[in-house]
Amino acid sequence: MDIFVQQIINGLTLGAVYAIVALGYTMVYGIIQLINFAHGEVVMIGAMVSFTIINALAAAGLPPLAVVLIGAGCAIPVCMLVGYAMERMAYRPLRLAPRLAPLITAIGVSIILQHLAMLVWSRNVLAFPQIIPLTTYTFLGATITGVQITILGLCLAMMAGLALLVYRTRLGTAMRATAQNPQVARLMGVDVNRVIAATFIIGAGLGAVAGVMVGTYYGVAQYTMGSVLGLKAFAAAVLGGIGNIPGAMVGGLLLGVVEALGAGYIGDLTDLCRYGLGPAASCADGGHFVLFGSNYQDVFAFVVLILVLVFRPSGLLGERVGDRA
Amino acid sequence: MLLELKGLQVNYGGIRAVKGIDLVVREGELVCLIGANGAGKSTTLRAICGLLPAAAGSIRYAGQDTAGAPVHELPRRGLVMAPEGRGIFAQLTVEENLAMGAYTRSDAGVARDLERQYEIFPRLKERRTQTAGTLSGGEQQMLAIGRALMARPKLLLLDEPSMGLAPRLVAKIFEIVREIARQGVTILLVEQNARRALEVANRGYVMESGSITLAGEAQGLLENPKVREAYLGETA
Repeated sequence: MDIFVQQIINGLTLGAVYAIVALGYTMVYGIIQLINFAHGEVVMIGAMVSFTIINALAAAGLPPLAVVLIGAGCAIPVCMLVGYAMERMAYRPLRLAPRLAPLITAIGVSIILQHLAMLVWSRNVLAFPQIIPLTTYTFLGATITGVQITILGLCLAMMAGLALLVYRTRLGTAMRATAQNPQVARLMGVDVNRVIAATFIIGAGLGAVAGVMVGTYYGVAQYTMGSVLGLKAFAAAVLGGIGNIPGAMVGGLLLGVVEALGAGYIGDLTDLCRYGLGPAASCADGGHFVLFGSNYQDVFAFVVLILVLVFRPSGLLGERVGDRA
Repeated sequence: MLLELKGLQVNYGGIRAVKGIDLVVREGELVCLIGANGAGKSTTLRAICGLLPAAAGSIRYAGQDTAGAPVHELPRRGLVMAPEGRGIFAQLTVEENLAMGAYTRSDAGVARDLERQYEIFPRLKERRTQTAGTLSGGEQQMLAIGRALMARPKLLLLDEPSMGLAPRLVAKIFEIVREIARQGVTILLVEQNARRALEVANRGYVMESGSITLAGEAQGLLENPKVREAYLGETA
């Protein structure tokens, strides 16, 4: 039982981060029907910038929380700038182009950003300095760390803030109006280019925070970290219904839990000795012969993605079935 | 002269849909532009509000040439269009749709104008928190007009407001158009329903395959034998 609760806690923490990244995908998709494959790279840049700052300040004797906050405070504007620049330079010129052109461009932007990051931060796995003291709490027989609580709380707060922005402000209403009918939104006086740029900037800002959280949670960052993370968050967005903002939140949390439970139980469930099928030599004395270990964790997100695409392409909360790539 | 088109030509879908027209709307007028489907009426409106560029000729609004002005700039100057097919935001609530109409405004009168739309269109008030996609066709048209009025237009462009509505609602829509004009909003009305349009308008233009073939006082056009035969379904 305690492994179940433990995996739920781990899954929700990870899932909250997926949700924040998924929001960046889904907001951009909602407004210009583009799957911005470079969004994962924005998250990576957020982690990298915060690494540089945190590393530089680690020895300065500041309180750990302040150091992380300064790191995030630097990562957010950098990522926002990257988000704005990619919209302005790569996607806006292709606004009227056939759908495939911006999609391929997004993959190109992703490759460019990844390799720029490699030039700046090297190919190495960068280890964050251990500045945050490990505080743990016991909850229903499972442990939850202070970092996990912070990540969960921060993600939920950001989701609430974004929901307020999108559903309660003038900019948010303009964003939703533009998503539904850009032409008519222009006739109402909406500067559609500015709204689209704002969408990219907000998504990139969220991505930056996600990058800082992933970096400090795992304690490492590398220039390739954005691709798998980005794809998983994309799967979360599809699970919730691409283009649907509450969907991205639900999809992210759900995907995190599925992934954690899958990783937690796959070893037990694929232990051939359980079924009397394993080689006798391995199974003797309560031994194990495990087909798939928890290193298969990454598989679950994509299994979910495939299942959703086959059985419910509109996602859990999506209404319109996607008719486009 | 609030609006003045001179020798306007507009391309649409690879053809010259508007082939050099002259048209004026003076302040306080209700002018209608009538003609058959595909005559170029809607293309003309789309050019006026900047959605299509003029291939030749000029569009002057309130004394200024609108060439090159971004679409979203014109509502700020009081040039507001209620687009064809209603163009409501189906997934926004009725009230959010109306708020979008006032997007360019930040003055204190917005709340009062919202109440005014609800007075004119009580059905919208009943449905203010519903998403606009759940409204009937007539209610959607009223929402589109109400939304346009929220911008406090100086010149209101109405593109086929009666399209696809039941006859009872058509009468109601024209009554509303007349009422809006009476309150001092200048209107350019594009319609296929020529009789109703000419009945409410001061002046009218008849458009045929991209050109204006007749123009004049609405009453005169209603009595014109050519108009009666071609657009009012009467045999001369």
